[in-house]
Amino acid sequence: MRIEIIDPDRCVGCEICMLACVRRQGFAGLAKSKIAVHSSGGMEKGFTVLVCRACSDPPCAAVCPTNALEVRKDGGVNLISEKCIGCKNCVEACTVNSIFWDNEANKPNICIYCGFCAMNCPHHVLYFNKEWGKENV
Amino acid sequence: MFEDKFTRVLYIDLSKKSFAIKSRPDLFEKWLGGSGVGIQLLKEECPKDTDPFSPENTIIFAVGPITSLYPLASKTVAMFKSPLTGNLGESHAGGRSAVSIMMAGYGAIVIKGKSDIPIYLSIFDNEVRFHDARAIWGIKDAITVGKIIRQRETFSGQRSIMRIGRAGENLVSFASLNTETYRHFGRLGLGAVFGSKNLKALVIAGKRTINLTDPKAYLRVYKNILDETTSSLMKKYHDLGTAVNVLPLHEIGGLPIENLNKISYEGAAELSGENLAQNYLGRRIACTGCPVACVHIAAFRDPHEEEKYFYKTSMIGYDYEPIYSLGTMLGIKDAKGFLKLMDRTEKLGLDAMSSGVALAWATEMLNKNIVTESETLVKFSFGDWEKYIEGLENIVLMPNDFYKALSRGTSYASEIYGGKDFALNFGKNEMPGYHTGAATHLGWFLGARHSHLDNAGYSMDQSLKGDYPEPEKLVDNLIEEEANRQILSSLVVCFFARAIYLNFDNTINCLKTVGIDLTKEELKELGMEIYRQKMSYKTQEGWLPSHLDLPKRIFETPAPFGKISEDYMKKAIDHFRDRLEKDFR
Repeated sequence: MRIEIIDPDRCVGCEICMLACVRRQGFAGLAKSKIAVHSSGGMEKGFTVLVCRACSDPPCAAVCPTNALEVRKDGGVNLISEKCIGCKNCVEACTVNSIFWDNEANKPNICIYCGFCAMNCPHHVLYFNKEWGKENV
Repeated sequence: MFEDKFTRVLYIDLSKKSFAIKSRPDLFEKWLGGSGVGIQLLKEECPKDTDPFSPENTIIFAVGPITSLYPLASKTVAMFKSPLTGNLGESHAGGRSAVSIMMAGYGAIVIKGKSDIPIYLSIFDNEVRFHDARAIWGIKDAITVGKIIRQRETFSGQRSIMRIGRAGENLVSFASLNTETYRHFGRLGLGAVFGSKNLKALVIAGKRTINLTDPKAYLRVYKNILDETTSSLMKKYHDLGTAVNVLPLHEIGGLPIENLNKISYEGAAELSGENLAQNYLGRRIACTGCPVACVHIAAFRDPHEEEKYFYKTSMIGYDYEPIYSLGTMLGIKDAKGFLKLMDRTEKLGLDAMSSGVALAWATEMLNKNIVTESETLVKFSFGDWEKYIEGLENIVLMPNDFYKALSRGTSYASEIYGGKDFALNFGKNEMPGYHTGAATHLGWFLGARHSHLDNAGYSMDQSLKGDYPEPEKLVDNLIEEEANRQILSSLVVCFFARAIYLNFDNTINCLKTVGIDLTKEELKELGMEIYRQKMSYKTQEGWLPSHLDLPKRIFETPAPFGKISEDYMKKAIDHFRDRLEKDFR
């Protein structure tokens, strides 16, 4: 994976990664976050971190009726926003629940693998692997 | 001011089960948010002399212009008329509450009226629903209530669930409002106000975008603040949490023990942050948007009494103040006992601080034979935690007149049963865990919330090291600090970040990125004006501090830098009353 969850047990649920993701896009708030942290049945049980695994054969792209999700050579997908009709098939198809819906834009939040979330994680839960997928290109 | 949903106020009427959303830029432009906006809304909505348990009492939740935008801007301010003091109630909590309110699209929420049946509220964006809560009213513990609502509602794992326990339902004057299991609007009885309105819980969440005029500036300012946060705050509060303060305070002789009869005992090491971390710490968590993660949760493994090899593991949150109130104040010498008390307090939905101080007072009353076991029903003895578990239950169940009085706080109970000299309350609110000197006691006696966080007198005591200025000067310093802190609680940021946001250059830069231009002088003046607004509300509701209301115990037990002088305190309070009359009416 390009963005690796190296130690989810270290996650404290601060959501700084989510806020960083949105900030990197020029906004604040949570609607546009392409990564998610949530508690798993109460704060005492710890947190689940969800982020795109950059699949080499991505199910989300396979179910997109308009080819709005273009498979990248190094894994994962790019969103071609103009093509997206907001059907949410991709959200359903993602086995690891890592496509989130932006209700305001009615478009999926698709990770671009910039690594800004990992760079901002204060507790070393995330790691940005810059080498990932290079041999495939 | 930037155009944003932040300036909207959600008005909820529980009697009519109706709501309205109003845009109030007038409020937020003048008063920022949080405390500043909260006190204005309270003045607008809650008439003079309102009975705290009447439908007219108003609950206000308010966040600030930088909530969810900057590190540690993660707190919500609640304002209401307090059933404990009969005056201004202000309580702060973090968890996910602040970001959830901001993301649902509100700067403030106003709750009035009283429902005819128990209900809970769900607020998701523009949708407010009133749900039947009759089936969850009376459930034994507040943790279970959270679990039930979790199953029923949306936004799983990313919402704030505020709820009361049986203490709130039964109108214990110091019942707390729990949020996310481990955070609380703990003080001054917000839980009882919820109970009086038949409001069991409130769940809130949302996801939205805040548009910025200059995203690059935002990136830059955010990074500066985050760097400062991680370099200065992370270590101390992330490692041991607020419990880091137990040993240092014990060492200087500022930790109140056994109803402040003592300042030293052999239990301190056992209840220290170091010991709790080494032997019990199970997880650390953070409020949304805060990298510090000061919230410390013990994993407590307890064998079942009847069945071999059957264990239950409880996750129990701990902090400095509950360690003091439920631990040292009750003379508890083993961590296990403290954790059990903490757990029960959490399940009942009591304020840990007031509860511990109330039981400490009851113990001394019993020890001095002012009351007997026929009143206390339990043979309290400092250190015997099992007895105090029964005491906590009795506060909530109120099986006799003594507990009916005690559930209204130590001030009220001592008016009836005596023992006023060692009923450790200030302005009718039970004391925090600092016996550091004149400044701390003056600070919370004269402060708007009677909280150690009003003006941090404990910190002044420790830096003055006994070298006190004239009492008038000390009071002026406390007022100035409290006025400055109104900026923090209007932004709204955690007071752990005070060094960062009281460096006004940081605050000015943050506010600029959301379109608010204020100078250092304007900020300071605003802080003073919010302070004035609070003080005028307090005097309107009949508050006038008198040195005669100070518990004598604080003069008897030596503070770290010597005994506190009664005369000094009297002069200080007289000066405060002058200023109240002259400057803050």
